[in-house]
Amino acid sequence: MVTKEKSADTKARAPSVEVVPPGDPRDRGGPAQPMFMVRDLKKHFPVRGGALNRTVAKVLAVDGVSFEVVKGETLGIVGESGCGKSTLARLLMHLIDITDGELIFDGEEVGVRNGIAMRDFRKAAQMVFQDSYSSLNPRLPVEDSIAYGPRVHGMSKKEAKNLARELLGKVGLRPEVFGPRYPHELSGGQKQRVNIARALAMSPRLVILDEAVSALDKSVEAQVLNLLRHLKRHFNLTYVFISHDLNVVQYISDRVLVMYLGEVVEIGPVDEIYAKPKHPYTRALLKSRLSMDPDERMDEAPITGDPPNPINPPSGCRFHTRCQFAETLCKTVAPKLPEGARPSDHVTACHMYNQTAGHSLFGKVPPAFETPVAEPASSARVAAKA
Amino acid sequence: MLNYILRRVAYAIPISLGVTIFCFALVYLAPGDPLTRLLPDDATAETIALIKAAYGFDKPIPIQYLNWLGRALTGDLGQSIQTNRAVADEVLIALGNTIIISTAAVILAFTLAFVMGTVAAYYNGGVADRVATSVSVLGVSIPNYWFGIVLIIIFAVNLRWLPATGMGPGGSEGFSIWEWSSVKFAILPVLTMAMVPIGIIMRSTRSAVSEVLSQDFVQTLRAKGMGEAAVLRHAVRNALPGVLAVMGLQFGYLMGGSILIETIFTWPGTGSLLNQAILNRDIPVLQGTILVLALIFVMTNLAVDILQTAVDPRIKRG
Amino acid sequence: MSNATTSVPSGLDAGGLDQLSPDVRSYWQMVGFRLRHDPVTLFFGAVILFVILAAIFAPLIAPKDPTLTSMIDRLKPIGYKDYLLGTDELGRDMTSRLIWGARSSLLMGLMPVVFALLIGGALGVIAGYVGGKTNMVIMRIMDVFYAFPSILLAVAISGAMGGGMLNGLISLTIVFIPPMCRIAETATTQVRGLDFVEAARATGGGTGSIIVTHILGNVLAPVFVYASGMVSVSILLASGLSFLGLGVAPPTPDWGLMLSTLRQAIYMNPIVCALPGVAILITSLSFNMVSDGLRQAMDVKL
Repeated sequence: MVTKEKSADTKARAPSVEVVPPGDPRDRGGPAQPMFMVRDLKKHFPVRGGALNRTVAKVLAVDGVSFEVVKGETLGIVGESGCGKSTLARLLMHLIDITDGELIFDGEEVGVRNGIAMRDFRKAAQMVFQDSYSSLNPRLPVEDSIAYGPRVHGMSKKEAKNLARELLGKVGLRPEVFGPRYPHELSGGQKQRVNIARALAMSPRLVILDEAVSALDKSVEAQVLNLLRHLKRHFNLTYVFISHDLNVVQYISDRVLVMYLGEVVEIGPVDEIYAKPKHPYTRALLKSRLSMDPDERMDEAPITGDPPNPINPPSGCRFHTRCQFAETLCKTVAPKLPEGARPSDHVTACHMYNQTAGHSLFGKVPPAFETPVAEPASSARVAAKA
Repeated sequence: MLNYILRRVAYAIPISLGVTIFCFALVYLAPGDPLTRLLPDDATAETIALIKAAYGFDKPIPIQYLNWLGRALTGDLGQSIQTNRAVADEVLIALGNTIIISTAAVILAFTLAFVMGTVAAYYNGGVADRVATSVSVLGVSIPNYWFGIVLIIIFAVNLRWLPATGMGPGGSEGFSIWEWSSVKFAILPVLTMAMVPIGIIMRSTRSAVSEVLSQDFVQTLRAKGMGEAAVLRHAVRNALPGVLAVMGLQFGYLMGGSILIETIFTWPGTGSLLNQAILNRDIPVLQGTILVLALIFVMTNLAVDILQTAVDPRIKRG
Repeated sequence: MSNATTSVPSGLDAGGLDQLSPDVRSYWQMVGFRLRHDPVTLFFGAVILFVILAAIFAPLIAPKDPTLTSMIDRLKPIGYKDYLLGTDELGRDMTSRLIWGARSSLLMGLMPVVFALLIGGALGVIAGYVGGKTNMVIMRIMDVFYAFPSILLAVAISGAMGGGMLNGLISLTIVFIPPMCRIAETATTQVRGLDFVEAARATGGGTGSIIVTHILGNVLAPVFVYASGMVSVSILLASGLSFLGLGVAPPTPDWGLMLSTLRQAIYMNPIVCALPGVAILITSLSFNMVSDGLRQAMDVKL
């Protein structure tokens, strides 16, 4: 596959875009060192009120999240809207201040004096925003939007423009046609390609995709997903893919992390999570998926009610208010992810899977699905096969 | 709600303090020694020493400010250089006269503008709409003191229907809003004053009513067979609180901005007082009048905000 | 997956039929297009241009010396002898004085707005972009000036500092800084929260660079539209100050000042006395109309 890719690439490739061989010179700690380590990350937003506008409460948007991103993988992050996914994305990029916790990028801590310089970090890690009216500067031609980052990092105007045009080609937009255009002259899918090109212009190693395909039509979504897969190989990228769409996450991810109310409830390889989900929340999420197969359809909603308010999250396990297996234990003691788990492990923060916790269903949890879960009939998968 | 009111009041306090600092600083903006600004030219050495001690010009400026503020809070705004009367008394009398014409002007403006604005919104794009829009643009483009002169030319000079200037033979003591002999003096100033608020209130009425008319629930009302008059009544009721708020703010502007109109009509209000103070370089009067007018403006805005929140529950303010 | 291995996978080309239309239009080109098709705005723009040209070429256009008095020809009506628009209370030619008067009126209309645009706009963009305590300090100070109706503030400052064109200019600039600052702050705060600004930060752009590249271009339209509307207000306020004797000093021809001195003569020659007001009205109306046209063309909601 590599040779094939190379032969097809020679025409399009120019010296300014690095096509990274497996032994990436930017790599520091080798393949065993995680690309990104997140330790006990917290973000609390103050809620102001009262006559004197004092802080009266805190929104625990992200509350003690820890995980690792392995080099070269795609880590999917799923959860309902409002669970803190987008806040997490911005925290990972250090776009908003961290309340507490550590971010370690390839062995170097981010946002501290003797860690990785913010300037270098923002070259190495990039973000693709959800396509919305505001993802591109409406007053700039899209090639200028793409060229902005390299310009900031000292590239000459001409070089940056050439790079921008080249990247437009890489994301499937004809440079001479689309480069000088303004965002309002582009469709949603085209804008999202531009957003991807803008991230790639920094030659990043890690790309955080925050709902990057969520606003697109299904057919366009499939095209962009395939483009992302292609680019990942081509530029030797690592992805953190944040989405509420379970099918899309299953399609693109190697591993999946499930969030609920600012916490990680389950993490593991994609196939295991989708086939044998452990946490009741993950089970409910997966069961609630729309399915093309009539036998797979649910007769009842597996999860009821809105997620609780993150200002005053429930005590103990945050999911106990909506969990069918909840016991007294769950209301008082907060379950934790087992420590020392390797990235390939499938772990969950649920008392039912912890021998020492004392939940009555330990070892006796009924399987989530009667039969192995079917392949999702998502348009993404269909388009990929076509 | 109560929280909002408290917060809004708390917010007005630093603003008012800022206003007092600004007014205090006016003395220092004036060229020359601030002391001479506060004294008549023929003041005796005795008076100078007295004033100097009273105002504390030998003390540091922050202390001077606090002393001045303390006196102002107890109603002592100093003495007029020109008349030697207490500034507070002069301002109070003038204020009453300004309130008479501003209130009349804002009521007149609201009545006219609300009707015209509603009609314009209802016949969106029609002749009435165009006329109303033109009038409102004219209202904010016209130099209103010039408009006053034109009114004088027409009604006082040519037609001789109304007196050109003044407040009538009795002055402000003899003025009664129930007697034509008094009221006729107020008509031209009020008409002139109403010009700007007519333009502004009409514009906001038009946009508020047409916004309500374009909402879905109006379609529902029509679909349910409600008559056009009733639909319009609905729209007007929904638009009213916002327009009333605009009216309140306009009242504040009229109170504070009456100087040109009062000068034209020699109406003895705060504006004329200010004009006299400027001509005579009577800084204590200037300072005192501006302080009172600005504080009234702050209070008007505060009252409008609070009333609007109370009247219109849709306005939620964190 | 096999087709995904080519450099631009077939079927991933997102151009489609769209690639056939190569015409590219920037925001400002669109604004220009809309303005060119708006006869009302064009008309009033032409009026403004006319007034500006009259002001610039006043020495060439004006038939007489605007300060030349004539005791015999005082307060003559329109069309008297070769006085096209009559004479004023000192027998000076009204036509020439109105033409020369455009100079100070335009100057006092435009300069305070331009200065306030620069100072207030900069303060507002800083307050909006930096936020936090900086924002609070700047905006609270502005709020204090907001506590005065504009004419009162102008009169207070000019009245304390004394008359004269420079003092008038300073006081009007101070009057317009707070509203300009607030508009710029609101616009900046809105733009700052948009994703493309975050994206620019994510690529390592510094505050200055982001403001210049990404904020200004988006804040310019509302601020500019607002400023164009302020010109009309500034002309009215400036003529008002002159009328009160706080602006331009005699014998400089100025519309506000002319109104003030001619006021004594309304019983003798009312029409001529009203003329400076007509000049003010036409100019201020034109700026208002052009401002409205700009707002529509720029699609700005204030």
